[in-house]
Amino acid sequence: MTADATDLPQGTRPSLLMRLPGRDFPWISVTILVGVLLLAFIGPWVSPWQPQALDLRSAFNPPVWVEGGSWAHPLGTDNLGRDILSRIIAGTRISVIVAFWAIVLSGALGTLIGMIAGYFGGWADIVIMRLVDIQLSIPPLALALILAAVLDPGLQTVVIVIVVTYWSWYARIVRGEILSLREREYVALARIAGCGPVTIFTRHLAPNIVNTLLVLATLQVGQVIIFEASLSFLGLGIQTPQISWGVMLADARGYITNAWWAITMPGIAIMLTCLASNLFGDWLRDVLDPRRKQL
Amino acid sequence: MTRFVLRRVLQGMFSILGASVIIFVVTRLSGDPVVLMLPPEAPEAMVSQMRERLGLDLPIWQQYFMFLSDAVTGDFGNSYRWEMPVLELIRERLPATIYLASAALVFSLMLSIPFGVLSAVWRGSWFDRFAKGVAMLGQAMPNFWVGLLLIIVFAIGLEWLPAYGADTPKHVILPAIALGWYPVAAQTRIVRSAMLDVLDSDYIRMGRSVGVPEGVLIWKYAFRNAAVPLVTMMGVYFASMLGGAFVVEVVFAWPGLGRTVVEALFARDFPVVQAGVLFAALMFVAANLVVDLSYGLIDPRIRNDR
Repeated sequence: MTADATDLPQGTRPSLLMRLPGRDFPWISVTILVGVLLLAFIGPWVSPWQPQALDLRSAFNPPVWVEGGSWAHPLGTDNLGRDILSRIIAGTRISVIVAFWAIVLSGALGTLIGMIAGYFGGWADIVIMRLVDIQLSIPPLALALILAAVLDPGLQTVVIVIVVTYWSWYARIVRGEILSLREREYVALARIAGCGPVTIFTRHLAPNIVNTLLVLATLQVGQVIIFEASLSFLGLGIQTPQISWGVMLADARGYITNAWWAITMPGIAIMLTCLASNLFGDWLRDVLDPRRKQL
Repeated sequence: MTRFVLRRVLQGMFSILGASVIIFVVTRLSGDPVVLMLPPEAPEAMVSQMRERLGLDLPIWQQYFMFLSDAVTGDFGNSYRWEMPVLELIRERLPATIYLASAALVFSLMLSIPFGVLSAVWRGSWFDRFAKGVAMLGQAMPNFWVGLLLIIVFAIGLEWLPAYGADTPKHVILPAIALGWYPVAAQTRIVRSAMLDVLDSDYIRMGRSVGVPEGVLIWKYAFRNAAVPLVTMMGVYFASMLGGAFVVEVVFAWPGLGRTVVEALFARDFPVVQAGVLFAALMFVAANLVVDLSYGLIDPRIRNDR
């Protein structure tokens, strides 16, 4: 682990959790992230309206602070009189589900591949790194578009597309880390002591890249959310009866001249979530590994 | 050096080849274009005749090699929908995308150069934080949403600028801002850290001590050196904007390659999708190659590595 030259005596180093708050802890970002996470779980119980409830008489109600708005629909309504606040709350669920699965799966796949390339080297490394090169030569959104068009659009497709796009990200960075770790004495000693690759991966290598993975995953959250929104906006992601922020933007584009708030509000939800996760990720990177500012 | 260049070029060509396989196979999986091209009541004989004419009845590897050998000679087949050679279609649409990406790059540099330079000069000031904030905002907003907001404010609200199309120079302003905001954060970071390094060097201190005006010192002597890393990365930013312009082009009805590919996707117009994405990949790889080579020229350590 990072052996900082702290003047703490051996064995009294505070645990990671204890060290986290303190130094410029990004309270606002964490509050936003926890809020989004919470709304994804308890959304249906706190949402003021049914997100799908139509009410054509109150279509195009503006937000409360605009003339003609009311507290009944604080963020206004869309073309079918559906409450925008309730729909944004419902959309958090999709965002959290997509972000969770996309990050876990692309992180796991990329880490495994990166470990294999970095540890075994030789042909495995050459083949894998050429694959990464190929992957990186196709613009991410272009690859996503053709994949999304092949598979049936929907939640699963969005996750698959993101995993296919991002695994190389993890693979490349993990490979680099493993390349330097591999040469450490304790790894060599473990090998001499007869540990198999699986043991060396899980016991000796994985713990040393956890911090890197954590930072990568946090910084990926914002990108994943924007990715989902872009795909859904083009009609290749989440489909209409389901609610996501990208779907709301796609719908609202049709009546952009009538209701600016229907475009603005879901976008603000995206922006705040991305901003929060990027700031949190930056902070995490500085705290966990001050030596590497350019991840 | 020659070996280094040769190796990088070969690697780049290999990447493009791999990308072409992936793009070809994936587009083929996306369904039968003939079904979409003919009316549903078309007789079976007509369908199979059409397939045969397009070469869709052959095994996929054979189709791929046909595609590849034609592609090398610049023949990407005919668009199913537009009934014209794909290369011609791309030649017609690509300039608009290059124009948009260039405008977006100019916009991003107009922000990131002053941001980066002045953030370094006034390190830790309110300006430093402000610039960082503006840059981070660009990374937190989907570019198409920025585009929609710009349309709401400047096209619908103030009626200053047009929202759709590409008829006049004014048309490029809004899409360029939407596309160009995202890379500002990365560019600002590069300029800022390069400036910090340079400002700390002896020749700048020397210049200051002999009384060179601060403005000349910063912009003429410091920035010229600090711009090197930005210049070497320029190709990558440009290429990523070319490749990322899909959604922005759709939002602004921009007659470029991105929108053409998206429309072709929905129409199952394979040849157009294949060629469009392949072109984007080609530019991506070419840009990265240029960056690698220019780094190799500057830094012999990279040249000799592995």
